[in-house]
Amino acid sequence: MNELILRTVTAVVTFIIILFGIQLFFAGHYYPGGGFIAGLVTAGALVLLLLAFDIQTVKTMVPVNYRMLIGVGLLFALGTGLGGVVFDVPFLTHAHGHVMLPVLGDVSLHTAVLFDLGVYLVVVGVTMTIIETIGEEE
Amino acid sequence: MTNAVIFPIAIPLTTAVILIFCVQSWKAQKAVSVVSASLLIAASLWLVRLVHHEGVQKLDVGNWPAPFGITLVSDMLSALLVLTTSVIALACLLYSFFTIGAKQASMYYYVFFQFLIVGVNGAFTTGDIFNLFVFYEVMLMSSYALLVHGGTKIQLQETMKYMVINVFSSALFVIAVGYLYAVTGTLNMAHLAVRIPQMENTAVLTVISLLFLIVFALKGALFPFYVWMPGAYAAPPAAVLALFGGLLTKVGVYSILRTFSLLFRQDIGYTHTILAWLAVATVVFGVIGAVAYRDMRQIAIYNIVAAVGVMAFGISLMTEESMEGTIFYLLQDMVMKTALFFIVGAIAYVAGTNQLGRFSGLLGSYPLLGWAVLISALALAGIPPFSGFIGKALIIRAAFEQGQLAFPLIVLLSSLLVLYSVMKIFIQSCWGEARGCEQKRIAPLYVPIVALLSLAVLYGIGAEFVRPYIAQAAATLADPSVYIESVLKE
Repeated sequence: MNELILRTVTAVVTFIIILFGIQLFFAGHYYPGGGFIAGLVTAGALVLLLLAFDIQTVKTMVPVNYRMLIGVGLLFALGTGLGGVVFDVPFLTHAHGHVMLPVLGDVSLHTAVLFDLGVYLVVVGVTMTIIETIGEEE
Repeated sequence: MTNAVIFPIAIPLTTAVILIFCVQSWKAQKAVSVVSASLLIAASLWLVRLVHHEGVQKLDVGNWPAPFGITLVSDMLSALLVLTTSVIALACLLYSFFTIGAKQASMYYYVFFQFLIVGVNGAFTTGDIFNLFVFYEVMLMSSYALLVHGGTKIQLQETMKYMVINVFSSALFVIAVGYLYAVTGTLNMAHLAVRIPQMENTAVLTVISLLFLIVFALKGALFPFYVWMPGAYAAPPAAVLALFGGLLTKVGVYSILRTFSLLFRQDIGYTHTILAWLAVATVVFGVIGAVAYRDMRQIAIYNIVAAVGVMAFGISLMTEESMEGTIFYLLQDMVMKTALFFIVGAIAYVAGTNQLGRFSGLLGSYPLLGWAVLISALALAGIPPFSGFIGKALIIRAAFEQGQLAFPLIVLLSSLLVLYSVMKIFIQSCWGEARGCEQKRIAPLYVPIVALLSLAVLYGIGAEFVRPYIAQAAATLADPSVYIESVLKE
């Protein structure tokens, strides 16, 4: 079956969805959004790829082991917590401050973003593991 | 150190994450699991010592002060339960290495195992009622996964029932927390304990407390909410079953103990009478089941039900002595039930069946296993030098001192029937001519069995040594002002 229209539209739309996911992720601290919804939106983009192409093609396009991704995400979340143990402040105490970066200039950074990144990775990992596992089953 | 309280939760959590990455290597999984379980025991011992010397330990997670952030609180009761959990975890790991093979391990068995420990330790340590719910879910999700792990037909069937009943009770839990929050406006347990006595409308609080009782009775298998248990616990392999039997229902008992000693004291005459009736009914139905079955697993499962009933009866009395008895009994019962399921699993492994009467004469070929059954029978029933005695004795004495007669007598009689039910296993499997048993190598299984049994025996003999710790735990329960002040200070 020829899926030219679906595949062409997917090629354009997937990037917009992923950008929207990233926007939601970084807006989380000040506006509605955050790691959970951003992860779901990103997984939604990957699911669109799965709909337009087959599982093998998507695996070569996005060569990620999603189960490992869950582990990496948990590691991020746990690491921000255990940072408190290292600096002898209560578990999950976050640090923040303004940092001068070369290109972006004065940026306010917060370790809660790293925790959120962990949530993001776990959500993407879990959603994609569920969908791929069900999809592969005969 | 500030973070002493977090280690019993953080160590298994870190281990679980590490194990996700080395899921392909069976050897690495074994090594990481054992090292982390030993670290966990060391951390919990340290925590017990810290609480003993410096009083209730609390940790305001994220450095937010007490009623606003999540507070983790370790009083002596929590610390002792966390220590017992760590010991059981190590024993179950050693048992799993022999009975759960490399194939299961590559399907994340040990990851789920560690997450279960995270949930149990978290539930024992948290000082926030919604956080308690979250740790319950961590524990239950892992228990679903472990229950269905292996995917035999009976496991699929029973996991379905177990999940439905637990999803229902979790929903009820959320509703109960919602009601409590609507009435009091706080979720921190110490802050709740301050607010609840100030409330004018105690009737609605009594309703909420009964809702919590139903929730925790569903988790902890009290009458009439234990019906899910005989089926669900008969499905998984022995190592998983020992973990469930040792830990899961006890979290429900702990939650009842915590909420009904700290929060819901506004109408003790009503709520605790209901608890006493449920408890005694649980004991009665538990021993009926234990006596009725010829299936070793079912005997052990109904023994859990009976023991949960005894503990709930101890909680319902609400004196310092009965609390002490309950804690004594709770700790030994966690260890003994795990040991009992280990033994039953080992017997079923050599006999190839759980049905008594199809084999006999175990004592000839497996003397150590046979005597282990006898010791566990004596310890479970509460014969004096062994561990089950002092807890039950304290509970029954507290009941007689309150002028009760029928209930403590029922509990006493239940000990006899519990003894009968486990002696039935001993007599029918160990005595007689040798038949139905194959010669199999079960030496590695003896390590956790002997370790737990000797721990239980030492616990019974050295009751004077553990008494100060347990008295400290009971004192905090009987007088929650210590708990409240240490959480809400500053």
